[in-house]
Amino acid sequence: MEFFIVSTIKALLVFFVLMTTLAYLQWVERKVIAHIQLRQGPYRVGPHGLLQPLADVIKLITKEGIVPPHVNKFFYFLAPIIAVSMSLIAISVIPFGGEIEVFGITTHMQLTDLNIGLLLVLALASMGTYGIALAGWASNNKYSLLGGLRSSAQMVSYELPLSLAIASPLLLLNTLSLREMVTQQEGFMLGFLPNWTIFQGPAPQLVGMVLFLIAAFAETNRIPFDLPEAETELVAGFHAEYSSMKFAAFFMAEYSNMLTAAAVTTTVFLGGWLPALPGMAGDLIAPAVFATGGAVCLYHGLNPARKRDKYTLPVFALVFFGLAALFLAPPLKDIAMPLFWFGAKTGALLFVFIWIRGTLPRFRYDQLMGFCWKFLFPVAVLHLLATALLVALAG
Amino acid sequence: MDLILFLAFAAIAVICALSVVLQTHPIASALSLVGVMGALSVLYLLLGAEFIAMVQVIVYAGAVMVLFVFVIMLLNADAESPRSTSAMAKALGLPIFLAFAAVLALAVLRLFPDTPLVRFGEFTGGGPADVGMALFTRYLLPFEVISVLILIAIVGAVVLARKEID
Amino acid sequence: MPEGYVPLFIFLAVAILFPVVALILAKYIRPDVPSRVKLEAYECGIQTASDSRARYTVRFYIIAILFVIFDVEAIFLLPWAVRYQVLGWFGVAEVAVFLVVLAVGYVWAYKKGALEWI
Repeated sequence: MEFFIVSTIKALLVFFVLMTTLAYLQWVERKVIAHIQLRQGPYRVGPHGLLQPLADVIKLITKEGIVPPHVNKFFYFLAPIIAVSMSLIAISVIPFGGEIEVFGITTHMQLTDLNIGLLLVLALASMGTYGIALAGWASNNKYSLLGGLRSSAQMVSYELPLSLAIASPLLLLNTLSLREMVTQQEGFMLGFLPNWTIFQGPAPQLVGMVLFLIAAFAETNRIPFDLPEAETELVAGFHAEYSSMKFAAFFMAEYSNMLTAAAVTTTVFLGGWLPALPGMAGDLIAPAVFATGGAVCLYHGLNPARKRDKYTLPVFALVFFGLAALFLAPPLKDIAMPLFWFGAKTGALLFVFIWIRGTLPRFRYDQLMGFCWKFLFPVAVLHLLATALLVALAG
Repeated sequence: MDLILFLAFAAIAVICALSVVLQTHPIASALSLVGVMGALSVLYLLLGAEFIAMVQVIVYAGAVMVLFVFVIMLLNADAESPRSTSAMAKALGLPIFLAFAAVLALAVLRLFPDTPLVRFGEFTGGGPADVGMALFTRYLLPFEVISVLILIAIVGAVVLARKEID
Repeated sequence: MPEGYVPLFIFLAVAILFPVVALILAKYIRPDVPSRVKLEAYECGIQTASDSRARYTVRFYIIAILFVIFDVEAIFLLPWAVRYQVLGWFGVAEVAVFLVVLAVGYVWAYKKGALEWI
């Protein structure tokens, strides 16, 4: 019974953290894209637009929801539910940290560890296709149907290189359980190089990670593979007929998929929640980062030329200093440290996702399919075989 | 816990299976079949066959059924109009079906008289490592034959498709 | 069923309930004033000319069927990868044979132009 209660609490905790992260991920994306394009981004709601996600939620939930008469009602409502549930569940097998003790209960910083964890993620990715295909079909709109068909064809095609690219690090790790994968990557080579799969001998998986990320971009329908919603040709693709909360559900599913892709890459290739630096250096980098952030905020806040930031930035500085202190307090350190490293690596990957969106144009559809079937798929197979040979040669 | 889950998902599987037959729209039928696959995979999980459960979702629900849904969408198959059935078919359909099911059950019981009862949590050799070991040592020949089967499937698919395009 | 699946089912319930509740909640909060123009199919303001459920290119079908075939292949490689360090050179040989047969099929399909998107 205790296990059941602890699991429920963990599930709700993970769910609320996930929801907040998704809301702010969208804020971060708008800010980063804005700065790439020399704009300010959200700035009106709260300091630096920090309350924008909240305003968006209120707006989306109170907007008029138009249900056109030509749609197939049941499937029209089922599609966003499938899309969002399937994308949310994947987070349950991701490990955020090791074993911890809270209020006398020992538990893992992971909702659950399955010895088919990675397969579950792949299965959920393939089920997510239905959400989009159904949305396109049920809308009964030419743009939607074409967008839905394109998108599901793209998603199933890129699933092949995705699962082949993730198979090659498995040759080194020999497990499908995500927690075991992280423990396999513990330690340092030559005293400084972390034993992650992208560095691990005899077959460093850097190419594997790049292949996986490319496939993940297509799987999550992100630029340069965002053909399903190519505005210039398909208006909004499969969600052209969706408004208000139903649209928000698709939006949430996209960000959730992106987060899952980044978290899985972190776990399989980048050592999950393990530190990047050995010993004391690894322990001190987190408080140092936050203390620097606080100092930067304080410096800019005291600058008289920035009138609006006079009150907000010192508050941020205080928050940063508080976080830095958190990493130095011994009982909290064990919880905060893995979270910091996991968040730093996943955040860096998410930044790459956003950065590429701000940089690259979109593919043409024939290029997209040709790239997958004629290049990515054979290269992933060859990479898998090369890894197998290297591992076998090393004994 | 296992029993509750079993009953719930077995019920879902049966309802979805009925829905496959009773729905008039092909898309609705196809999606009900996806529901059957999903519920079946949970039943596999309950029996301890974890790897098979996930393969069930990835291959059947995620690949084969996507193909079905695609074909239905591409052909623009519409809801079929209910055909008028004769009174005799309506009256005799259910009894004949039940009799057939009874005969089938009897035959299975006769063929395998001393099959032991299945208990939840008894079988633990269904993880990916166990399946991998069995597949690549004991069942090596079937595995290699599968590659030939897949080759034939590729040839068949391409030949069929070429006819459509040319 | 191993104990580890219990949290998965709890989270499954949460993840399915959330969008359902959100959609129902939004239905009661949001205004609902439909009009004829609002309810038209969204085609950039131009009057809808033909039925949207037309027939689409057979290419999508070919992609789907090739995906089913190669997905089976990819799935078989995962348990192999998990047991790889036990199988050793034997494992390399097994999968090399498997992949060579499939490579023949892939190259043939490539030559036939089945992978072209026209």
